[in-house]
Amino acid sequence: MATTLKPVDVVIVGFGWTGAIVGQQLADAGLEVLALERGPWRDTPTDFATGFAQDELRYMWRHHLFQNVSDDTLTIRNNVNQTALPMRHLGSFLLGTGVGSGGVHWNGQIWRFLPSDFLTKSHNEQRYGKNSVTDYDLTVQDWGVTYEELEPFYNQFDVLCGTSGKAGNLNGQIQPGGNPFEGSRSAEYPTPPMPQTYGPTLFGKAAAELGRHPFPHPTGNLSQPYVNNLGAQLGACTYCGFCEKFGCGNYSKASPQTTVLPYLMAKPNFTLRTESEVLKVELSPDRKHATGVTYVNSAGEEFFQPASIVILSSYILQNVRLLLLSGIGTPYDPQTGAGVVGKNYAYQTMSSVNVFFDDKLINPFIGAGALATVVDDFNGDNFDHSGLGFIGGAYIAGMITGGRPIEMIYTPQGTPAWGLAWKHAAAKNYLRSFSLSVHGSCMSHRGNYLDLDPTYRDVHGRPMLRMTFDFSDNEHKMSDYLTDRAAEIAKAMNPREIKLNRRVGSWNVVPYQTTHNTGGAIMGDSPANSVINKYLQSWDVSNVFSMGAGAFPQNAGYNPTGTVAALAYHSAQAILQQYLKNPGPLVQA
Amino acid sequence: MRMLLRIVGVLVVLSLIAGAYFAWSLNHVAALPTGPVTSVAAARILLKPIPDGPNAAQLRQGQYLARLGDCLSCHLRADGDAFAGGLGLNTPFGVIYSSNISSDPEHGIGHWTPDQFYRAMHDGVDAQGQHLYPAFPYPWFRNLSREDDDALLAYLKTTPPVAYQPPGNELFFPMNVRASVALWNVISLPPQPGAQTPQGASPEWIRGEAIVLGPGHCSQCHTPRNPFGADTRGKAFQGGLLDNFVSPDLTGNERTGLGRWSIDDITEYLHTGRNTRAAAGGPMGDVVTYSTSMMTDEDRHAIAVYLKSLPASADADSTAADPASIKRGAAVFSDACTACHLENAVGQPTLFPPLGNNAVAQQNDPTGVLHIILAGVRVGPSPTRPSPLTMPSFAWKLTDQQIADVSTYIRNSWGNRASPVTAADVAKLRSKLQLDEARLTDNSGDH
Repeated sequence: MATTLKPVDVVIVGFGWTGAIVGQQLADAGLEVLALERGPWRDTPTDFATGFAQDELRYMWRHHLFQNVSDDTLTIRNNVNQTALPMRHLGSFLLGTGVGSGGVHWNGQIWRFLPSDFLTKSHNEQRYGKNSVTDYDLTVQDWGVTYEELEPFYNQFDVLCGTSGKAGNLNGQIQPGGNPFEGSRSAEYPTPPMPQTYGPTLFGKAAAELGRHPFPHPTGNLSQPYVNNLGAQLGACTYCGFCEKFGCGNYSKASPQTTVLPYLMAKPNFTLRTESEVLKVELSPDRKHATGVTYVNSAGEEFFQPASIVILSSYILQNVRLLLLSGIGTPYDPQTGAGVVGKNYAYQTMSSVNVFFDDKLINPFIGAGALATVVDDFNGDNFDHSGLGFIGGAYIAGMITGGRPIEMIYTPQGTPAWGLAWKHAAAKNYLRSFSLSVHGSCMSHRGNYLDLDPTYRDVHGRPMLRMTFDFSDNEHKMSDYLTDRAAEIAKAMNPREIKLNRRVGSWNVVPYQTTHNTGGAIMGDSPANSVINKYLQSWDVSNVFSMGAGAFPQNAGYNPTGTVAALAYHSAQAILQQYLKNPGPLVQA
Repeated sequence: MRMLLRIVGVLVVLSLIAGAYFAWSLNHVAALPTGPVTSVAAARILLKPIPDGPNAAQLRQGQYLARLGDCLSCHLRADGDAFAGGLGLNTPFGVIYSSNISSDPEHGIGHWTPDQFYRAMHDGVDAQGQHLYPAFPYPWFRNLSREDDDALLAYLKTTPPVAYQPPGNELFFPMNVRASVALWNVISLPPQPGAQTPQGASPEWIRGEAIVLGPGHCSQCHTPRNPFGADTRGKAFQGGLLDNFVSPDLTGNERTGLGRWSIDDITEYLHTGRNTRAAAGGPMGDVVTYSTSMMTDEDRHAIAVYLKSLPASADADSTAADPASIKRGAAVFSDACTACHLENAVGQPTLFPPLGNNAVAQQNDPTGVLHIILAGVRVGPSPTRPSPLTMPSFAWKLTDQQIADVSTYIRNSWGNRASPVTAADVAKLRSKLQLDEARLTDNSGDH
């Protein structure tokens, strides 16, 4: 029997980036805000201090900061004809948990999507014809929100993080040194770009020779010390090369811990309860109103937490599962195409090209999560897709996130995976190689979706989430085309040799690709095609808001965090300026 | 002969009290917080606006005095409520717990009369007529006016009542006889403001002196103790030792004191707990969080003006360090310290203090720098700079010899000069901080 607790104005489910952002915005407006986080408290000096943060075995391979899949996982299959099985070891994506969650162990790659990315259906239809968005059973949609509407909120996230970069389009004026393809920015980046090391510099030179438009990757690894709008402080990155999968030991990577929590935790009207896992959103008898959430703490005790507003800000896979478990919205059916919850699950289409030099010392251990020179010439609709047979694209990055000794030793094509020959190749190439990353979009597809598994259950007895996903031909064609473009730049760097790591065959749960899972709780302009409206508000239960990349109707060729954060700020503003005055649907269906 | 024995006996008792007075330390000195630092939220009570009303002016004055007097540094325990006390102060003779000074009539001071409160603040005697231990800074608070005391009591009576009884003190004889404190009072009260005001001192200087020698009770930590636990005459503000932390020299000494600091440096430090020269950690971090960060700009400036007028302490001699130790220390520094303090120890402004020309590093007593390396230290969060930037503990990672070498290196590099540190020095402090066992913990490895 759950114990009923004192009601609060807002309950936040999951305390990573979006929970912290919305929590701060709503607590600042004076609301009584309670955040429930299933994992533990985490902070820099206690969980990833400089004396032990750079421990590849502990964090990367033994998953110290990640979800323990023996407590909770999901089941996976490529298509409806297969039986999904539980993912018993993390692989293709690394699920976060604990305070800060993925915001602790991300790389700090801060992107904005292109204006045309928000109009995937209408824009491509108009330019390439109706078939372009329905070929291969694609189910792409427009977002229901535009780049122009989100721009101030992208900017708000940059100000929070102190993002280091160079604007390429400032108020419509193309700027030298930045990304000329980006949407118009209302402000320059808060801090200048990180100085580039040798590898990215060689990449930029070669790309420019080919007529591409290289620019420094925008980073949440800061180029200089920064104090944000909340008074929180970040230091300058020291290029230790332990960002992705690691917490930052010296306060130089933007995270909830470095940017929001010092300010938010001191607010008397904000409370955080850790090790409290929400089981379900509780609804009124007519199922149009959430009364609060039921959660269980680490002692196994159950509580009902009444709240006027429920913010779902856990990772997308948890958010979608909570919607399904709580009966909010109609589950998607891939046979009929009816229903919306779980629809349009998408991912990121990754490939890469390794370059090996004889005469150049790259020193890859001098790295940072987003340390890269990038070309965006072949992303989104920055290039003419006529006759190519696909939509979407990728950025190509000459990138050095680090030279971690277990994960990041590159050897040429044909090298054995172990033994003496491998050792010789590793020793010869470690200092003289790096990788070009091809970070591709992933369009949504009729057969890719999320639902509840009919067989497998978690420690609480709840059905696990089931993921049905494979790359479509659109993604394979896009990825091949883009990998070839990356290879051109790689060759122009005059290396001894290169190695192409194409995306071939069906998606597999190993090896690691990226933790950019998207969709399933998608946004749109009508309850017929989406779970939430442009303010991330549930069409069905108007006091439930679902944050995160679950809102993406399909995934663009960029890292999602910038857009996730902008959507969260946009939603928080709508709650404060519109919803509180007149609780109910913010968009009439 | 009997007379001599009696004098010696009194001196022994006084020394015991003095020892207890200075050796008090926080209960869990080595542990960094493993949960959110909720006490920062508790401090917000001192910023809560007081609504207009008949005695609003008096209550606002009282609230401001609660900031000036740094009440919450002691009267707030971890996860406790503001003013409810219960913070255990370890002494070699047992534990003294801070009292509940919330408005609760039974456990706090809700039923105290202004006369009783004045007597506590002025004479160190509580409502029951018992002597208070001088961990309660009445030797400084006695310099507040009766009007100030009345305002402070009126304010404290508006704080939320907390029905919490701090544990009883766990002291051994003779410390458990409160009357013993009366002896101490006869000889140990520090100087009063105004006693040595120079001719033509500015009103700002006078204000600064009034805060520093009054509610600020700065010399309780920053003046070295004499054998009776009182301020050492002629050594005012030349640095003391508290809680195994060095409270640095505040005089104009360029090496160990504030000689290189500008008035703006001092005000920024008091305001935010950090500036381009240093960061406020340990007990001073609490002072910033609960007191100086919430003072007015004028008062912080007045304190800085007063401190900058203190004549430089005499420069202590230092002995030369062994070059081999310096060399080993440089290697340890490069491995363990440069992630934040950077290879040339310039640090990052207001984030990670520079270690060159660093006053804490150059104190004659290396306890401060050793404590920081062994136990780690957190910069006191403040409303305008809330980041609790924290140096982690290295006790589990570095040996006594390595810590001695790196400390010697730091104390003698980038313009610093101070006596070398031995492994025995480190071992002694490690033991006091209960960090003898280099253990793998939640903080240091897989578990």
